[in-house]
Amino acid sequence: MTIALAFDIGLAVLVLGLASWTIATREAFAAVVGFVAYGLLLALVWVRLAAPDVALTEAAIGSGVTGGLLLGASTRLRRTETPPAGEKPGRTLRLAAVVLCALVSAGLAAIVLLLPEPGPTLAPQAAANIAATGLGNPVTAVLMAYRAIDTLLETVVLLLALLGIWSLAPDRVWGGSPGLRHHADPDGVLTFAAQLLVPVGMLVGIHIFWVGSDAPGGEFQGATILAAMWILATMAGLVDAPPVSRRWLRLLLVAGPAVFLAIGLAGYAMAGAFLAYPAPYAKLLILTIEIPVTLSIATTLALLVAGPPERAPQQ
Amino acid sequence: MNLALDGLTIVAVSAGAFFFFAGTVGLLRFPDTLSRLHALTKADNLGLGLVVLGLLPRAEGPFGALKLIAVWLFALLAGATVTQLIARTARRGAPLA
Repeated sequence: MTIALAFDIGLAVLVLGLASWTIATREAFAAVVGFVAYGLLLALVWVRLAAPDVALTEAAIGSGVTGGLLLGASTRLRRTETPPAGEKPGRTLRLAAVVLCALVSAGLAAIVLLLPEPGPTLAPQAAANIAATGLGNPVTAVLMAYRAIDTLLETVVLLLALLGIWSLAPDRVWGGSPGLRHHADPDGVLTFAAQLLVPVGMLVGIHIFWVGSDAPGGEFQGATILAAMWILATMAGLVDAPPVSRRWLRLLLVAGPAVFLAIGLAGYAMAGAFLAYPAPYAKLLILTIEIPVTLSIATTLALLVAGPPERAPQQ
Repeated sequence: MNLALDGLTIVAVSAGAFFFFAGTVGLLRFPDTLSRLHALTKADNLGLGLVVLGLLPRAEGPFGALKLIAVWLFALLAGATVTQLIARTARRGAPLA
């Protein structure tokens, strides 16, 4: 048995064990901690499967942002942790859930086991046509050129999720700032860490976005790091969350999807199809889309974590 | 020369793994929050530091080595900050949920 195989088996056992523990644990907070650790282990699995792009996204969004959102949710739900006896699901309902889950698992297992060998793949075509996009990273080529419509819809879905969260705000605070104003000791450790880390983190975020055209990385991963830096600066009290009614904030949120859509529609005139890029300008157009999209995703993710407006807007 | 570098990698990474192991045992076995934090920081500081030291000869060029060192320094900064914040909350007697 090689050392790599031993590592893979250990990793698989850990992932399965942690997943079972996360489901079995009774406390919501403990389950969220388990879920974050599970996401980080899953990122290692993606690295072992030679998919560093997916690994980065899993670590940043699957584990980081989702973990942050779930932590906030579990804190809000703590008061309702133990449901009254009447609300506990009965034996029949639990049995039905077990049967349904078993069926879904069996179906998934059957599909994986019955896949044709070698599996159907578009990878050779993706690699053969990559020169036309001007990109070096095939994953980015899929996201921004071959399947750009999916990415466009993803950015819109993120925006809709934010609208859903904002709509939870009561009328009297509508248009105000999300969350409480954080006050940290200006000489404290958190302020110091934020002052040191935020500039470097922003640089790393921009770097990850920029190298995405030729190496693992891209706008979602870079935007997550930028959003995390903004959250850190807010937590340390260095900046305050802006009121959600600000015009510049709204513009920043829709800039990405709007530019994406505009260039997509211009594709009809320039190359004869929606989201088609004329070959000589493909790289330039992709970058023109990616920069506002990165800013929009970063703003949206940070505001998703910040939650609904809670402070009445100041006059 | 290569043998010496390989030896350094094996010794340093093994020592790092030992500190991670010891830190984990401390985290599970120590009686109160402050001692558990103390055990945990050994894994972060010494464990990760030794692993990075062991991997330095295998880095891709000087920039790869600098990236490894930067990872260690950021882990130190984040670890020290979070440990301070948790320890303060624990001393104030707030519930550590």
